[in-house]
Amino acid sequence: MNNSKNFFEIFSLAVAWEVDFEQLDIKFRTLQKALHPDRYANKNDFEKRLAVQTAATINQAYETIKNPLSRAQYLLELEDLDASQETHITSDGQFLMDQMLLREALAEIRGSENAKEALVSLSIEAQQTAAKIQSEFASQYQQKAYNEAFESLAKMQFAIKFIDDINELEAELEDL
Amino acid sequence: MALLQISEPGQSPQPHQRKNAVGIDLGTTNSLVATVRSGSEVILPDEQGRDLLPSVVHYESEGVSCVGYEAAEHNSSDPLNTLSSVKRLLGRGVADIKTLGDSLPYEFTTDDGGMPKINTVYGAVSPIQVSSEILRKLAGRAELTLGGMLDGAVITVPAYFDDAQRQATKDAATLAGIKVLRLLNEPTAAAIAYGLDAEEFDDESHQRTIAVYDLGGGTFDISILRLSKGVFEVLATGGNSALGGDDFDHAIANWLRTELDMGETLDVYEQRVLLEVAKSTKEELSINNQVELDILDTRLVLTRDCMHQLIDDLIEQTLTACKRSIRDANIKADSIDEVVLVGGSTRMPRVAAKVSELFGLEPKCTIDPDLVVAMGAAKQADVLVGNNSTADMLLLDVIPLSLGIETMGGLTEKIIHRNTTIPVAKAQEFTTFKDGQTAMSIHVVQGDRELVSDCRSLARFELRGIPPMVAGSAKIQVSYQVDADGLLNVSARELSSGVESRIEVKPSYGLSDTEITQMLQDSFSHARDDMRLRALREQQVEADRMLEDLRAAIEKDGQSLLDDSELQCLQVTLDELKQLRDNTDDHRQLAAQIEVVGKTSEEFAARRMDASIKQALAGLSLDDALK
Repeated sequence: MNNSKNFFEIFSLAVAWEVDFEQLDIKFRTLQKALHPDRYANKNDFEKRLAVQTAATINQAYETIKNPLSRAQYLLELEDLDASQETHITSDGQFLMDQMLLREALAEIRGSENAKEALVSLSIEAQQTAAKIQSEFASQYQQKAYNEAFESLAKMQFAIKFIDDINELEAELEDL
Repeated sequence: MALLQISEPGQSPQPHQRKNAVGIDLGTTNSLVATVRSGSEVILPDEQGRDLLPSVVHYESEGVSCVGYEAAEHNSSDPLNTLSSVKRLLGRGVADIKTLGDSLPYEFTTDDGGMPKINTVYGAVSPIQVSSEILRKLAGRAELTLGGMLDGAVITVPAYFDDAQRQATKDAATLAGIKVLRLLNEPTAAAIAYGLDAEEFDDESHQRTIAVYDLGGGTFDISILRLSKGVFEVLATGGNSALGGDDFDHAIANWLRTELDMGETLDVYEQRVLLEVAKSTKEELSINNQVELDILDTRLVLTRDCMHQLIDDLIEQTLTACKRSIRDANIKADSIDEVVLVGGSTRMPRVAAKVSELFGLEPKCTIDPDLVVAMGAAKQADVLVGNNSTADMLLLDVIPLSLGIETMGGLTEKIIHRNTTIPVAKAQEFTTFKDGQTAMSIHVVQGDRELVSDCRSLARFELRGIPPMVAGSAKIQVSYQVDADGLLNVSARELSSGVESRIEVKPSYGLSDTEITQMLQDSFSHARDDMRLRALREQQVEADRMLEDLRAAIEKDGQSLLDDSELQCLQVTLDELKQLRDNTDDHRQLAAQIEVVGKTSEEFAARRMDASIKQALAGLSLDDALK
């Protein structure tokens, strides 16, 4: 596939934080229907290889856009800013303090009696926090306030890691 | 402009000639082969009209004596040379045998390379060889029924098979002389068999979520799929590639051993007898409430409830895997519209009841659970080989286990996470940790555990020739690529110098390509002419396919995507290919020209692919505009 295309261009979508996911799904499937290696199973090795690479790129592009964290990172990378995971931290003391409290709350749930209910309400809170950070990122990105956008990206990583941990505990409790 | 002669009249390969494509279900207990005939999938039975082929191979001193029902008859009389359930050993290392070995009454040897082999009167045979005998038998059955060489086969594997197990399956097929169109996950195959006929998919927006619960003789899979018009999207998959009906048999056999006071160690004959009794008891208890047994002058009664106590823990393990997959799919259990039962072990009422309880749904098993996988595979084979160009089918499958790399301290760093849609390619950068370090060893692992020692080791290789630098300044990019069969390729490159090392992941206990070639040759060594004839026939088929394909492509896109000289150059190489195809009996010469045509047409192929991307999206915008 034409390597100069960015992930949004692959789906003929505008480079933006806001994405029409229904359109993305339709275009993703349309492209895979035309280019999936299954369409090339009967072709020669070169074409098969090409199809694998192309389909892999389409899958990666789809995943990157679909997932908010990777989408945010990718948008900043397209602005030639290094958004790889380790390079930025947040200096927002209040945010860090809140995160610590949330983590403590999660740790306490583990042994508690009504763990499942407590987990649900913590999960809702975490989702709301994540949504708020994402909308902050959206406006910072739009205003090209990239320093602030990086800050939000760092917060987004915290928030999403926290949601993952909640899910993990939920899974643990369910298996008991 | 030169007028193009597309093909000589009457000499073009008939484009509408049906190709011989089959789906093969290589099972732990039984195997099957199916094809599509007049639009519907049919199992190809043997001459006695039997659908199943027991996955059993019997060896005598000169080699394989028989495969299937005939071989199974030697089970108790000649247990060491009658090999069954070898799928459990496929792609396994020596260490795995230690945990699995107890349940498999064979003598193992691990003299070369770490791949376990089974001792027989014929000599030590690898699980790959044994599997290839089963595949060869099925392919022979299909060629006889279809009246000609197979153009390709889809072979099913448990969704939870790791890279080594998939590679071993593919190697077994190669060894049997079968062209593998695709390795297809068993639950996905079952979904195809069920899903494509569903009327409710007429509506584009209509989606259904289904769970496929597949409990076979030796493996368990759970897959959660989203189905919409022609698209089969696997959301998550899970399972256990060492859990199946065999384990129920062992649980019952253990009970028998205790009840009969037979002691801890049994010889292979006793083991086999107990297993056979256990198996038939299990099957009878699916129908009746209790079974009376009379063995070794002892009368025993096993009730259904009593058996449940023996096997419920095993069923519980499958349910835990189901719950995990539901979570991985990021859905709620109650949003699953349908549960499909696949695999012989789901015939047990206890299994069906437990699954029903977990999902809160009456499971569906309208297609015989022993046949459904082969039928779905046949359907996909038919599409892949090009017989059914109207099928608007797309399979988006996932990898079952994360792929990672060993980092400092014996920890795993995941590069591709489980349940990622395939094909997929991911790269990660690493660096050197010593000043002047010129080599880096790369250890590829598969699994979801933190410690490397808890994961499956797939391959080790070394990137050499890194220019000496200060620690931490080299940039080593490790790239993982998983193809549509779920098979992994790894390459490593030092970015500043461009030093590269590439490896097709061949597990240390698998077969190397040269070994496969050697074994293939050996199998034909008694009939050298046969081999040459077969090789020639294979190249002729390939040449025909290429001619047909490229001529159609030139007719369609030649004028728009190639300039005159490119077009002429391609045409000349094609004409030469046609000449050779019709006149030579040297398969190497023909293969060489096929290679030339392949090389010459690469740029054309790439441009056509770019064009089809544009076309696909353009078609879509037109649809949108018409809405």
